[in-house]
Amino acid sequence: MNDKILIHVEGLQKEFAGGEVKALQNIDADIHSGEVVVVIGPSGSGKSTFLRCLNLLEVPTAGSIYFNHVDITDKSVDINLHRRKMGMVFQHFNLFPHMTILGNMTLAPMKLLGKSKEEAEKKAMELLTRVGLADRAGAYPSQLSGGQKQRIAIVRALCMEPEVMLFDEPTSALDPEMVGEVLEVMKELAHEGMTMVVVTHEMGFAREVGDRVIFMADGMIVEEGTPEEIFSAPKQPRTKEFLAKVL
Amino acid sequence: MAEALQSLWTELAADFHTCFIEKNRWKYLTSGLGNTLLITFFALLMGVVIGVVIAIVRSTYAKNYKEMKPGFGKKCLAVANWFGGVYLTVIRGTPVVVQLMIIYYCIFVSSNNGVLIGAVSFGINSGAYVAEIFRSGIMSIDNGQFEAGRSLGFNYVQTLRYIVLPQAFKNVLPSLANEFIVLLKETSVAGYVAVRDLTKGGDIIRGATYQTFMPLLAVAAIYLAMVMFFTHLVNILERRLRAGER
Ligand SMILES: Nc1ncnc2c1ncn2[C@@H]1O[C@H](COP(=O)(O)OP(=O)(O)OP(=O)(O)O)[C@@H](O)[C@H]1O
Ligand SMILES: [Mg+2]
Repeated sequence: MNDKILIHVEGLQKEFAGGEVKALQNIDADIHSGEVVVVIGPSGSGKSTFLRCLNLLEVPTAGSIYFNHVDITDKSVDINLHRRKMGMVFQHFNLFPHMTILGNMTLAPMKLLGKSKEEAEKKAMELLTRVGLADRAGAYPSQLSGGQKQRIAIVRALCMEPEVMLFDEPTSALDPEMVGEVLEVMKELAHEGMTMVVVTHEMGFAREVGDRVIFMADGMIVEEGTPEEIFSAPKQPRTKEFLAKVL
Repeated sequence: MAEALQSLWTELAADFHTCFIEKNRWKYLTSGLGNTLLITFFALLMGVVIGVVIAIVRSTYAKNYKEMKPGFGKKCLAVANWFGGVYLTVIRGTPVVVQLMIIYYCIFVSSNNGVLIGAVSFGINSGAYVAEIFRSGIMSIDNGQFEAGRSLGFNYVQTLRYIVLPQAFKNVLPSLANEFIVLLKETSVAGYVAVRDLTKGGDIIRGATYQTFMPLLAVAAIYLAMVMFFTHLVNILERRLRAGER
């Protein structure tokens, strides 16, 4: 980890239903380059909304998000260019069912980065080999298990060579016996120095892999610190209450 | 009894000869059928082009309008959506024969290319129905597909083009094929404006021979055979697509 701030969030607010739902209230946060930040909190606390604001899948109601010192909430910014550098992994994988695994992985590099088919496929095969799925390159998503789909979703995002990876509960839709294989890939990625923001209920992962843990409740960051600080010595009553339930 | 049957048979054979063999009248039916198929095919093609555009506008409006930042793009979308709505209402709210006559007498005044007039008229008509088919096809694609596309860096149009439309198209293929069959029968009113389609061909024979039963029965039989044939193809297609889903 170094001290370069990759994502800087300032006064972020997000409202839904015309202001009736205040999903995020005045969030300030920094994501440093090479850091693994784990976001935890009860259901409905705004974890997904926070993560989805980082690449503007949700458009903030107020506040700024700086990615590489560029305010991507600015209207004149082409968000599509920045999203190429921000990989995202969803709870439900969202693989493209009409394409093979290789097709899924090479589409964006070819269409957006102008890579040739050979180049894109070479990179894809390297990544597939690393996650042990090279033999499934020609398969369709529907032929894979949940754990395999999620590993593909991760390497699909990696094909764009992102600077940060955003994970929204990547193991929540998986059968228990498949959680491990996905966490393993994420762990490896973390060790290679990838900057990661991970929303998860896997407290073991948070403790072992996280550099920093953010605890959210009611659309606010209630407490943040190292895994040690949060899990062993939480300061806020809300944090204690939550951890008592999940640990 | 046998004699009566015998004479009925000779009579029918003679009628058949008058209707189809004499003066090569069968050619009215074959050329009419050719025109019917041409009109149907090009009408559907045009309908798909119109339908896809309107479906994109209307589903984009339904999904994204509220979230869009105010600006020129948002205004354009609102206007396009309004025009699309008007088109759908007018086309689906008026009889196709009236539309055909308006296009023939008011717009194509100087042309007598029947196939062209038919294809354009039925294409404009079909576009309204195809638009609804495609709209439901696009709306049926999980929002996660849009989000996955956008998160990789594709813009909205690219996401539609590479990710959403191919899936939507596959989903609506059976409905589109059905639209082709409906259209095939619907074009039978093209004769109203002197387009020589299959029905008109039968009608010309009727006028020339004063025979009613034989030519019209032949026309009906040909439509039926066509519809059964294409229905069979659609069924095969549907089975293939379902097998492809695995
Ligand atoms: N598209 C939306 N429209 C309206 N309200 C929304 C929308 N998305 C989220 N919300 C609301 O915003 C709040 C925060 O939701 P969010 O999904 O961010 O929570 P979460 O912490 O990810 O919860 P979970 O652990 O259940 O995934 C909730 O009250 C939710 O109902
Ligand atoms: Mg969530």
